[in-house]
Amino acid sequence: MNRLKSNSDIEFVIKPTGSFSLQLKELWEYRELFYYFTWRDIKVKYKQTLLGFLWAVLQPFILMLVFTVFFGGMLKVPSADESLPYPIFAYSGLMLWNIFATGLAGSGNSMVTNANIIKKIYFPRLIIPMSSILSAIFDFIMAFLVYIGILIYFQYMPPIEKLVLLLPLSILMAIFTSFGLGCFMAALNVKYRDFRYVIPFLTQLLFFLTPVIYPIKMVTNEWARILLSLNPMGGVVHLSRAALIDKPVNWELVGISGAVAVLMILAGIIYFKRTESYFADIA
Amino acid sequence: MKPIIEVSHLSKRYRIGSNLKPYVTLREAVFSLFDRDRDNKNTFWALEDISFTVEPGETIGIIGKNGAGKSTLLKILSRITPPTRGKAILRGRVASLLEVGTGFHPELTGSENIFLNGSILGLTRGEIINRFKDIVDFSGVHQFLDTPLKHYSSGMQLRLAFAVAAHLDPEILIIDEVLAVGDAEFQQKCLGKMNEVASSGRTVLFVSHNMAAVNKLCEKSILLEHGRIKAIDLTPKVFEIYLAKKEQHGKVNLEPVEGKSCNILSVGVMSDKEQFTDVIASDKLFYIYCKIQVNQPIRNSQVAISILSLTEGVVVFSSGHRDADRKYHETLEPDSYEIKLKVPGNFLNISLYAVNVRVWGEYGHQQRDSHADSFQDISFNIVETDSLASRFADKRKGVVTPLLEWQFS
Repeated sequence: MNRLKSNSDIEFVIKPTGSFSLQLKELWEYRELFYYFTWRDIKVKYKQTLLGFLWAVLQPFILMLVFTVFFGGMLKVPSADESLPYPIFAYSGLMLWNIFATGLAGSGNSMVTNANIIKKIYFPRLIIPMSSILSAIFDFIMAFLVYIGILIYFQYMPPIEKLVLLLPLSILMAIFTSFGLGCFMAALNVKYRDFRYVIPFLTQLLFFLTPVIYPIKMVTNEWARILLSLNPMGGVVHLSRAALIDKPVNWELVGISGAVAVLMILAGIIYFKRTESYFADIA
Repeated sequence: MKPIIEVSHLSKRYRIGSNLKPYVTLREAVFSLFDRDRDNKNTFWALEDISFTVEPGETIGIIGKNGAGKSTLLKILSRITPPTRGKAILRGRVASLLEVGTGFHPELTGSENIFLNGSILGLTRGEIINRFKDIVDFSGVHQFLDTPLKHYSSGMQLRLAFAVAAHLDPEILIIDEVLAVGDAEFQQKCLGKMNEVASSGRTVLFVSHNMAAVNKLCEKSILLEHGRIKAIDLTPKVFEIYLAKKEQHGKVNLEPVEGKSCNILSVGVMSDKEQFTDVIASDKLFYIYCKIQVNQPIRNSQVAISILSLTEGVVVFSSGHRDADRKYHETLEPDSYEIKLKVPGNFLNISLYAVNVRVWGEYGHQQRDSHADSFQDISFNIVETDSLASRFADKRKGVVTPLLEWQFS
């Protein structure tokens, strides 16, 4: 549906799938649909739940408690810095990890769960995985409010200018990573439903390869460090901690992670766009 | 003025097997290097070389049997799936309704679903707010607006869905068979709304099996057959072509069984012009045809034909060839006979029917028995035209739709 108002200049041509184009203008015209899909995802997620939006907060909060007791307390896993309490350390990583985990699960399955809509009506398909990421960001905002509460509870004052600079960067990297991988998974999922099972497995695997519960300095093996930096979430989590302490940022790690994140979003979108025209036929 | 829809050489190829995959995998691509026919063997053209133009304000019906490519054509014009070849130019805001209630979510309330569905169908938030009251009025679900959709009856969901669809305001409206649902009263309402849309200068493409609705709404129609355009013309003319089927349609030949006293050689259905067909217009008379071979004299003979409504599952009537003269004791001498039973028009309701032919009688020491029986070997459709059966949105109640005399005093 073209939303332009005047009739005479609307003309669109339907032809066999041609060259690659992002069609940003069209995406912009459909911006309201973004809003509605995101709104639906959020609303449906917490409908008929007793605690509602609290769930967005409870998950990382309880995980933080468990990690603090088991890893911080019993296993004596150090935090990134002596001055940084382990609960803050764990939570800062977890809330960013959750953007990735929820975003990937949502967007990776989004084309299949919305198959009935895709088969019946046209709109830019990218809207669907994008909305899943947006609803993951909504969860993040909820979790972030609690984060501030935790900082106040521990009376921990992070260097503000660093936080303002580095946290948005890490959020952006998390979005890039989850959206890129999500688009890729969404497109593959339409074709091969195997990927429904790959997504949770992949998420779990990456969780251990991401320094969420342990600080990156615990990894001393040179090769393991390279492997960790190739995981874009490694850079994301590192940034979220670096924003809290007075130590210098490991820009080499962040740089590699960032480059991989950009590569992922590009590859994901390109693959998605290349296959999207046939989604309706095979979904 | 330029045509509002211009379709030229539109074709769509699907791959057969493995879920009609429209793409080629790497492995297949490699194999096809060695096997040049492969591409042709495993594909079929759902649409082939479709070209037509639609002028602004025209209402075009698209008819054809299942699998003729109607839905594929609509999907391409709605941009849901791309064509394999050819192109189409659409000049104007398009709304396509391949189903009503697309995107409805059972957990959301009625009013939330109006916004979601409206937005999916291409309305802006402002437009939905402006039309909200009209939509609710049309649907008649006022008191349930804050109830989750899952608690709605299916009829209420449908009314809400159609209410949103009815308040789109496109220049081009593409509709697929959405009227085939709901109760008669609501269908009537929808049809009225459609009429309003069509007569307000909007361009409408309308696919339906309901030929009465097509006849009412569309001045012109396109007949698709095996993915190709069979006819584009004024609707009544297209119907004529659709209904006049080639020979051998509507007739089956049966293998004679050796040593039987009597064999039924063929059974068929003929139009009023005495041509074999499997589609009969409901207001036209037609013939049940059969050819029998009698090998031995059959005493007390009777050839009986019965018509079974396959949709209702009842025998509509049985008729015997001696019913009129009551000469039940006549003997059928060995010979071959061509038999035609004339069935009046305005009699059978719209449905799918099967024909059963039997030859009864006695020969030799045999008691009265059926000597030959063809059961459901041939079936035919009674379809609506602008006749008695169709003076309603859908079909009239009852197995038969006779034309009866009324007296007012």
